[in-house]
Amino acid sequence: MLIFFGFSVEAAKIILKPGQSIQAAVDRAVAGDTLIFSPGVYTASAVTIRKPLSLIGENYPVMDGENKGNIFLIAAENVLVRGLKFIRTGKSNMDDSAAIKFFDSKNCTVENNILEDTFFGLHFSNSSNLTIRNNKVKASATREFEVGNGIHLWKCKDNLIEKNEVSGHRDGIYLEFVTNSLAKENFIQGNMRYGLHFMFSHDNTYLRNTFKRNGAGVAVMYTKNVTMQENRFEENWGSSAYGILLKDISDSKVIGNTFQKNTVGIYMEGSSRIQFKENNFRENGWALKLMASCDQNLFQANNFSGNTFDISTNGNTVLNELKENYWDKYEGYDLNRDKIGDVPYRPINLYSMIVEKIPASVMLWRSFMVTLLDRMEKILPTMTPNEMIDHSPKMRPYDFG
Amino acid sequence: MFKLLKYALYDILKSRFAIIYTVFLALVAISIYQVSDDLSKVSLSLMNIMILFIPLIAAVFATTHFYNNLEFIELMLAQPVKRIHVFLSQLLAVVIMLSLSILLGFGLPMLLWGADSSLLTLLAVGVVLSSVFAGFAFLASVLTRDKAKAIGVSLALWIYFSLVYDGLVLYVIYSFADYPLEKTTLALVMLNPVDLGRILMLMQLDISALMGYTGAFFQQFFSSGSGILISTGMLLIWMLIPNFLATRVFRKRDF
Repeated sequence: MLIFFGFSVEAAKIILKPGQSIQAAVDRAVAGDTLIFSPGVYTASAVTIRKPLSLIGENYPVMDGENKGNIFLIAAENVLVRGLKFIRTGKSNMDDSAAIKFFDSKNCTVENNILEDTFFGLHFSNSSNLTIRNNKVKASATREFEVGNGIHLWKCKDNLIEKNEVSGHRDGIYLEFVTNSLAKENFIQGNMRYGLHFMFSHDNTYLRNTFKRNGAGVAVMYTKNVTMQENRFEENWGSSAYGILLKDISDSKVIGNTFQKNTVGIYMEGSSRIQFKENNFRENGWALKLMASCDQNLFQANNFSGNTFDISTNGNTVLNELKENYWDKYEGYDLNRDKIGDVPYRPINLYSMIVEKIPASVMLWRSFMVTLLDRMEKILPTMTPNEMIDHSPKMRPYDFG
Repeated sequence: MFKLLKYALYDILKSRFAIIYTVFLALVAISIYQVSDDLSKVSLSLMNIMILFIPLIAAVFATTHFYNNLEFIELMLAQPVKRIHVFLSQLLAVVIMLSLSILLGFGLPMLLWGADSSLLTLLAVGVVLSSVFAGFAFLASVLTRDKAKAIGVSLALWIYFSLVYDGLVLYVIYSFADYPLEKTTLALVMLNPVDLGRILMLMQLDISALMGYTGAFFQQFFSSGSGILISTGMLLIWMLIPNFLATRVFRKRDF
């Protein structure tokens, strides 16, 4: 690190003008040099970088890929790419065309860039210690197969993905075999498929990100030790859209998140030992779809308010625990004034079971008939699972600020 | 016509019932505003009350009003005024009074404590349901010769539309669960003004759940304005049909 620092102090600054070949400049430069791009439009295709360089743009010079393949290919350590604007990569699934594609790299930083109309935005494989910060990645495809992922990492570790804005891509952020990484304060909006999609990506933390109006919300699979904290999952609407879909996730924490106006707040199956605490579920169609294949999950001190249905499930087995949550539909009383309701709350109502079986019957929701049915079931539970119960419902909502 | 309407309105607005009804609605709205902590809950509770009671009150009141004013109507018919004007003035007076009660009773608390689009929809649905059921009541009144019978018919219609019909639809849905039912359900729901009003409210309150549909037809219905447009259109038709029929029967009725 020190040696590298020494380098960069004496390193040369090479200034590029539009029209010059970027590849030639890169080839001439020595390790540690800084390439400064003057404003203007550069045509760039498959510029290959194999040594530590800093590429810095002044006033967002445009790297135009002219719809041919990748723009930058990087396989090196200590590369910095800052302040560039990338447009028009190729559109091919054969080589996964991307604005910048990193292979086998280390300690690289990509920040303050603008990417428009790229197939894949930033594509990293087999790399580590990456910093991806403050990039605006935007695609304008109309169909899912016409576009790749915004920020795509495969087999990377120890990364920081921070304050990026991704929209219009297939998946906003896609992680596969990515470990020990932190994604925070990203704004992922309006992507065709998932806002965040990860698989086999253990020990990662997601902090204060916003996932809004993505085609199918957020889907995460086959992973353990995930921490999701203070994220917002909003307005994911559709027949298979979820705030988060958790499939085979274990030993994780979901704390302080807000799920608002999603068709399904959280859908989970095959997941175990996850703690859900201090989350806000507001105005979702279903706050939780908790499949019977989940076990040992704990839901504690969450707010459920304004949801059409609080919880639905697909079987009678309940191996999860609900406690000290606030449910706005709770109608019990609190005689000893300890702010905990004296009668337990059953978050599954009869009609949500019926809707689960016959979706079209949602049309009758809130009719007098259905209200009567629900009342009867509340008094004499026959169809709803007996153990799905909160023994200590709070009388007042938590104030999470 | 306007003179007739004016006197009918004076008469009805001075009655104790109009005041009691307005105060009752206002009290309900105020207490719900006091108890609930956010607007969506307010509109939910108000909707539950409205869907059930407003049609009931409209039906019963309109029938009794018609029979109480029967002598006045007969007297007017002896005068050189058009039959249809006599009838419409009575009908409009009832509809206007019921609507004013809702607008004042529910509307004033909303002015005080705020309202959102779902509450405004609620007001509109309340007005529409009042006029639909006032129409039914007048139809029942002109078809029968006996006050008790007319009230019975109005009540039967009310029970049918707010309870029995939904039970039947639920039964149909259950029996044919294996078939794609989206269009059928939607069509069935269109045939009931109370359900239509409820669907308009659902589209404000539970849109997230409604969007969970698998059928493309439903997605389209709910996502665009077309859903609101179609159901409003159907509601308007529902408003016109019973009133129109009642007018026709009245024109030919022998007193």
